[in-house]
Formats: sequence, structure tokens, C-alpha cells
Amino acid sequence: MGLKHEVFEKHSLVLTVGILVTVAIGGLVEIAPLFYLESTIEKVKGVRPYSPLELKGRDIYIREGCYNCHSQMVRPLRDEVERYGPYSLAAESMYDHPFQWGSKRTGPDLARVGGRYSNEWQVAHLIDPQSVVPESIMPGYPHLQRYRLKFDDIEEELRTHQALGVPYTEEMIENARQDLMAQSDPDRDGAFDVEERYPKAVVADFDGNPAVVSEMDALVAYLQMLGTLVDFTVYDASENLR
Amino acid sequence: MTETQTSGGEPGRPSHGNPLLITFLAAGGLMGLFLAAKAKDGAMEFHGYLFMIAALIGIFALVSKIFDEPGGALVERGEGVTYMDGVIRAGVIASMFWGIVGLLAGDFIAWQLVFPSLNFDLPWTTFGRLRPLHTSAVIFAFGGNVLIATSFHVVQRTCKARLAGGHAGWFVFWGYNLFIVIAASGYVLGVTQSKEYAEPEWYADLWLTLVWVVYLLVFLGTLWKRTEPHIYVANWFYLAFIVTVAMLHIVNNLALPISFFGTKSVQAFSGVQDALTQWWYGHNAVGFFLTAGFLAIMYYYVPKRAERPVYSYRLSIVHFWSLIFLYIWAGPHHLHWTALPDWAQTLGMVFSIMLWMPSWGGMINGLMTLSGAWDKLRTDPVIRMFVLAIAFYGMSTFEGPVMSIKAVNSLSHYTDWTIGHVHSGALGWVGMISFAALYYLTPVMWGRRELYSLKLVNWHFWIATIGILLYITAMWVSGIMEGLMWRAYDAQGFLEYSFIETVEVKHPFNIIRAVGGLLYLMGALVMAYNLWRTVRGDQAEETAPAARPAVTQAAPAE
Repeated sequence: MGLKHEVFEKHSLVLTVGILVTVAIGGLVEIAPLFYLESTIEKVKGVRPYSPLELKGRDIYIREGCYNCHSQMVRPLRDEVERYGPYSLAAESMYDHPFQWGSKRTGPDLARVGGRYSNEWQVAHLIDPQSVVPESIMPGYPHLQRYRLKFDDIEEELRTHQALGVPYTEEMIENARQDLMAQSDPDRDGAFDVEERYPKAVVADFDGNPAVVSEMDALVAYLQMLGTLVDFTVYDASENLR
Repeated sequence: MTETQTSGGEPGRPSHGNPLLITFLAAGGLMGLFLAAKAKDGAMEFHGYLFMIAALIGIFALVSKIFDEPGGALVERGEGVTYMDGVIRAGVIASMFWGIVGLLAGDFIAWQLVFPSLNFDLPWTTFGRLRPLHTSAVIFAFGGNVLIATSFHVVQRTCKARLAGGHAGWFVFWGYNLFIVIAASGYVLGVTQSKEYAEPEWYADLWLTLVWVVYLLVFLGTLWKRTEPHIYVANWFYLAFIVTVAMLHIVNNLALPISFFGTKSVQAFSGVQDALTQWWYGHNAVGFFLTAGFLAIMYYYVPKRAERPVYSYRLSIVHFWSLIFLYIWAGPHHLHWTALPDWAQTLGMVFSIMLWMPSWGGMINGLMTLSGAWDKLRTDPVIRMFVLAIAFYGMSTFEGPVMSIKAVNSLSHYTDWTIGHVHSGALGWVGMISFAALYYLTPVMWGRRELYSLKLVNWHFWIATIGILLYITAMWVSGIMEGLMWRAYDAQGFLEYSFIETVEVKHPFNIIRAVGGLLYLMGALVMAYNLWRTVRGDQAEETAPAARPAVTQAAPAE
């Protein structure tokens, strides 16, 4: 054994190649099939790309590091399904670049938080969590209410997602700016188009200030759609056994 | 082998300030200015200027020949080699600095979980932005600088060759630390791609890729120059660390920037594929950054300090190949019970359990290296620190496979138990073996006979150990408690506790954890003082010279 191993010990390039081959195998066997096995992602109705406002809200969720304390993955365990709702499907995060499943629950899971609380509650909670949940240890985010949402690059952002396989249509990209503003102001023309292009999108003046599209508008729009796209009253799990 | 193969900063040869590197830096500086001028967001503008300033400082340093030092204060006689030690000394200082920054950030966010008002309601100081600052500072800034410094030391000594590439070693050091500054300042400003331990955005990732390739070339180049016939075992582990981290980093960070003048990018993969890619990366950042790299430290510095050869050469071969083969498969255990297909979860679990064996093989090889020198545990606190580190390595590599069993994981996942597990590995194994290596390296690098004070090492040892024990026991209790509370049912068959009740009940354990972290930080401060006095050449009165193990200049225990 010692004799044969000399090859690696005396030739640094042989050693380098040997290492590379050895460490490549596991990843190739485990990850590569996920891209072509059709059973990896369930076939389900209702999952759609994020609306422009939701996508910007998701960017804020990522920027503030919400994933450090909140998971978005309900596991198929009795207590989780009862606490949070139907267990998460792979299909529900198929347009998430990157995924937000999380790894820690310092706060509760958010995979199905959409529609659970009113917009007013979400805004009050984000500004000062302890005002609605006194025992909470979550930081306050009052600045979200003050900051105007930056969306001058929304077309490019949608296009970048499109290039990576998210089915945004040209129509969606052309109307991105208009859809974004309309979703945060129900009185504006085009609010109806948002619901048409992005079924189940919540159209509302989330932060109570119709004059400005704030970061708060975007984040709450995102939170309010989480986990609402798939209709679990008609979803048949036995069709997607993996 | 003679010295004529090296260039740049070679003692006895006139240096021309390295025109190639100056041109490269000038181009980089212009690029930074261009990025800053056309930047679409404030963070990109700031980072563009940062690149430019770094390039200007680099050019100034090259022109004024600051780095053209002779072989270092300590020239080992009789071997015909002058080693490049300046960069190692810089690495020791950077390690100590970033270690304290990282521990401070960690303890601060631990107190935030006790007193949420410490988030200050400001965007830059929330837990969500500071937690990546903590993890990156301890793993990449502290751990990375320790690995760069020790690998440059070990590869030169075990190859009996000067570091290859002239100034390239300095480029690796400064380039890597520039990456750290860009990453850390980015987190505070909200620049993140949200993948744990891979948060830096696309431009920082590209810069790190460049630095890392140069690191690989410097390391390989030094191996090519070696005057020893065999490549020493520690170098296999360093090489596996460098090569595998390159692979993981490139694949997990594949992304398309929205604009080349903006910080934000969109990840190439999505959902379930992105999740497994991330945890293939994340778990092997543990496996190859925090394990393979630090096992290399074990394989060189434990034999050196104990003055005993490695216990078993055969075991080190088996240990090496089985460890690097099995580790890569274990990633899916971070995704048990998720929407990842079951077959992948099962593979991840099986390989995680198998991983227990090579891990303990390595532990045995490290511990048994002390056979015949066990008395040093009594006399040398640095050896004691090495042994504690290896013991914690054994403990957390047993706990890990247990937690990877799906039934256990259904309880432990998402809870503080995971945090406790990580910190028994991080504080116990990575931290302690790094401290021990720095305690060994500092007197050697500055040409001192011994550390300023072994008594202070002893204090550090006990303060840190008590800190670790407080930390992990608090997290075991709070993690298992919250896991059980989440799944508790009352007599009527309803969930017994609301989520917020499980938050409330953790309060005392969060305090204990933060106190434990504070102790660990205090230990590191004691160490920084001790190393500072050692560098100055001071000697405390307390130890009788006979009780002090002398630092020897012997060849590595091969």
C-alpha cells in the first residue's frame, strides 16, 4: 500500500488530480440527477413567477437577512402541518433564485404566512415587533416605512430571471414598472392587470401611504403571497410520490 | 535545488519592483475607479473606491519595495534555504485581529437574542445583517488567515523550499484580506446573496476566485520546488482544502448580475437544486475549510510541539482519502424532511454516518501522536490545547452523525441544538487548534525562545474551556427543549405551545450562551496580549526555564 501511494506522494499533480476526482464524485451523483429526474419537482397548478412588487419585496427579505431566523419549509411532520399548514412542495420554490428554505427557526416558519395576518398587523409588526408580540426578540425595521422602493432596474431584474429560466413573458417585462406601482395602489389603473398576469397577487396600499411605493409595501406584498399559490384542497399528493 | 528558481523579493538579488504585478494592480485600480464612477448603488460605488485604494496602496508598497524583505528574522541554518516568513508573520497578526473581531460580533449578536433592543432599530445593526458578519469573520477571516499563514509555513518547512512566486504570496494574503473587507462591509450595507457562508455577491466572489487560483499556484509551485522526495501528509490536507474549496466556491456562486455596475445578482439555480448545491457547499465548507485545513495543522504542529512522529503513516493515508471521499456526500443531511427527494436525503444520512469512521481515525492519529509524551500534558499548556481541540473534534464528529439520522434530525433541525453542535466544533476544534498553532508559530516566526507567558496560556485554556462548556450545554438544553415543545400535544390532542412560548422559555439559556461566548472572547484577548508581549521579546518571570519546553528547529516528523 505504501509503495503504491508513493505515486501520490511524489507527484503533486497526480495528487491534485486524485483529490479532484475523489471529491467530485459525491456531488455528481447527488446533485446532477436533480436537474433531469422529472420526479424532483411535483406537477402542480398555481405556481407562478413573482410579481414585480413581490420580487422587490423578496430582495428586501434577502437584504435584511430574514432567512437567518425564519425558515420557509414546512416539513411533513404532524405538528408542523398543524402549526403552519400543508407541507411545502419543491414546486413552490421552483422560481426562487436563490431558495429561501432557511436552516433555523429563531422565529416561526414563514412558508405559509401569506394571508394569516392583516396588512396592518404586518406593518405594525415590522416597525415594532414588541408592540404586537411583547415577548418577541425580533429587531424592528422602522426604516422600511421611510425608504422609497428603488425599482428603476425592475425590467433588467425580470429579464435576468427570464434568462435563468423563470417564465416571465415579454408582456410582463414591458409592464413591470406599471404593475409594480399598481399592486401597491388599488385605485390606480392597471390593478386589474396585475391580478390577471399574476393570479392571487394581493393588491393593496400595504403601508397606508398611497403617495409612495415604500420598501414596506414591497416586503408585505411578498409576505402576503407566501404559500398561497397552490390550492391544497385539490392537490393530490399520491400523484407525486417520489 | 538552488534559489535561482525564485523571483521577487529574493534576498541578495536586486528587485525591480515587479513590473508585472504593478501593471496588474494599476489595471485593477482603474477598474475599481470605473466601477465606482458608473455604480448603480452606493455599495458598489464604495467597493469600487475600495478596490482602487487597495490597488494604489499595493503599487506604493511595491515601488517602495516594502515587501522585498530578506528571508525573515529566522533563517534556519544548514539547510541552504531562506524562507519567506514575512507573509506568515502578517498572517499571524491578521488571524489574531480577525479572531477578536469575529468573536466580538458573535457575542454581540448573542446578546441581541437576549435583549432585542440591542438591534438599535437601525438597518446596519440588526441580527440579520450582523450574523453573516460573525460567521464570515470567524470562518473566513480568522480561519482563512490561520490556514494561509500555517500552510505557507508548513509547505516551506516540509518541502525545504522557499515559497514560490515571489510576491505572489503577499498578493494572496492582501487579496484575501481585501475580499474579507469587501464581504464584511457589504453585509452591513445589505449586500448579500443569502446563501449561508456564501453571502458575498458576484464581484467579491470573482475576486476571491482570482486570489484562490494564485493561492493554489503558489502552493503547488512550492511543492514543485521541494528538495524532499515525499510530499508530507499535512500538505495533502492543505491541497485538498485549496482544491475542493475552489470547486465548491465556483459552483455554488454561479450567478448572473442584474447589471455589471450593481451589487445585486440572480442565482443560477433555483429551489430544490439550489438548496442541495448550497448545502453541498455549506457542509463541505465545514468539511474542507474547517476540517481538512485544520487537520493539516494537526498533522504538522502536534508532532512538532510534542517532538514525536505522527502515530501511524498508514492510518493517515486511509484517513485522508476516506475523509475527502465521504465528506462530499453528506450535504443532504441539512435538508432532511424538506422538499428534497427522499433518495438524496437517505444518501446524505448514510454517508454522514459512515463519515464518523474516518473522523475518528484522524482523531486517533492525532491523539496517539502523543504516545510517549503524555507527560507534556502536564507541563505544556499548548499541548493541552492541542489535545482539547482533538477531543472536541472527536466529540462533534460523533454528534454530527447522530444528528444526521432522520429521526433525530426531525427534533434537532431548526433548533439551538444545531447551533450548539456547530460551536462545539468551531470553538472547541477549530478555535483551539488555531490558538495552539499560533502559540507555537509566534515564537518561531519572531525568533523568540518561548512565549511570553505559559501561565497566561493556561489561563486562556481554562477560560475558553469553561466558555465552550457553558455555550454548548445551554444550547443542548434550549435546543432539545424547544424541539420537544414544538411537537408537544395536550390531552385534547391540540398543540400545547404557541411558538412565542418556546421563544420566551429560552431566555435564560440565551443568557448563559452569551456569557459563555464572552468568556471565550476574553480568553482570546488574553492570548492577543501574550502574543504581543512575545513579539516584543518579553519574558514573564513566572516560569522556571527548566519547566519550559524549548522550541526546536528539527525537521518535521515525517
